[in-house]
Amino acid sequence: MNFTLKIWRQKNANAKGSFQTYPLKDVSPEMSFLEMLDYLNNQLISQGKEPVTFEHDCREGICGSCGLYINGRPHGPQRSTTTCELHMRDFKDGETIVVEPWRSKAFPVIKDLIVDRSSFERIMHAGGFVNVNVGCAPESNSSPIGKLIADKVFDAAVCIGCGACVAACKNSSAMLYAAAKIAQYAMIPQGKVEAKERVDKMVKQMDTEGFGFCSNTYACEFDCPKGISTDFIALMNREFFSSKACKQKHA
Amino acid sequence: MALAGMFLMIFLIFHLATNLLMLAGDGGKAFSEAVTFLSESPLIKVMEYVLFAGFLIHILLGVILQLHNYRSRPVKYHTRLRSETSTFSRFMFHTGVIIFVFLVIHLINFFFIRLGWVPQPDYAAHKHDFYSVAVVLFKNPWYTAIYLVSFVFLGFHLKHAFQSSFQSLGLNHTKYTPAIKVIGTIYALGISVGFAIIPVYFLFFY
Repeated sequence: MNFTLKIWRQKNANAKGSFQTYPLKDVSPEMSFLEMLDYLNNQLISQGKEPVTFEHDCREGICGSCGLYINGRPHGPQRSTTTCELHMRDFKDGETIVVEPWRSKAFPVIKDLIVDRSSFERIMHAGGFVNVNVGCAPESNSSPIGKLIADKVFDAAVCIGCGACVAACKNSSAMLYAAAKIAQYAMIPQGKVEAKERVDKMVKQMDTEGFGFCSNTYACEFDCPKGISTDFIALMNREFFSSKACKQKHA
Repeated sequence: MALAGMFLMIFLIFHLATNLLMLAGDGGKAFSEAVTFLSESPLIKVMEYVLFAGFLIHILLGVILQLHNYRSRPVKYHTRLRSETSTFSRFMFHTGVIIFVFLVIHLINFFFIRLGWVPQPDYAAHKHDFYSVAVVLFKNPWYTAIYLVSFVFLGFHLKHAFQSSFQSLGLNHTKYTPAIKVIGTIYALGISVGFAIIPVYFLFFY
């Protein structure tokens, strides 16, 4: 297969970037999107040119580092797929493929296609954890959780923090990410203890980072590689309002 | 945003219900009586201020939301976003602006006459005689067209707004949300068609 690649190149965070066009020949349809970029980079290196920088780690769809904005869709044209799981057979032979980094004020570009997603980390640091006394793992049957709830919690916990929700949102809002991280604790006994405090702190941090506000377009759910439901956003809103309404003053 | 919007959606139901009295076929008697009764009711007088506040909050928050969201992506994408979303949800600000322009025209056409900001036309018997004003206004096909187009955009706005307001308030449930979405569609259609009947009736059948 032959492709024309239009890729965003940017030397560093402060440099002004631009699109560069690379014709690429003899691409195997069985290559993953990242393997295709490796193939391009090998050619660039042999020509003595700077290779295209992109983030990747596990290459099996669970680490969340390989987010690329491909032809107007985060992680490309396939649903429920990360960029590394995308294959070149999903494109038409001779197609022009435009590759851009995530665009958001809270995700500044570091180099080429890599963005700084530490704003997500800071949302987690604000309250995305459960405080427990260290020691032996507690007996699992001591806090029974219904199957339905357990499944729902898992549906939220599959979030890999890739940032596709922000990239897909016309408002570049991080509501789906924050909602998934809040929901994975809010429904189970271990997390309920600090639920009100958690939602308060995490939402506050999300707003500080400069993400946009949610207007319920549900683009995030459509482009989430893990198919996380926007129902969790409603759950977060519910938690948030109840936290605000029931907040106790410290003595 | 959602709360103010919900309040405005309830207002629209009352507004439509009153307006539909124009079609009673009694030369506007029932409608005029309703308007006179409402404008003299102390409750409605208070509610007029609440309504004004509702509009103001909704519009201001809408503008703030749009500005903040625009700034949240300082460098735009080269390729247009192709994520599949409901069309109306992407254009809430745009439809909102159209509705705002319509609102201004609509207030000049009717409400300002009662306030005395716009001189009372000769054909109006008194300052509550909106029926005569409507008859003359909608005989003009241009005004009828402006109103009809605005109602279409109002329908688009409401179609997303109804279910979105529930989502924003966290009122989401696997059992009830599908019903809310259906009711929202019926509501949006009902409001826009309901309001549209009136100018069409005056233009063609009166």
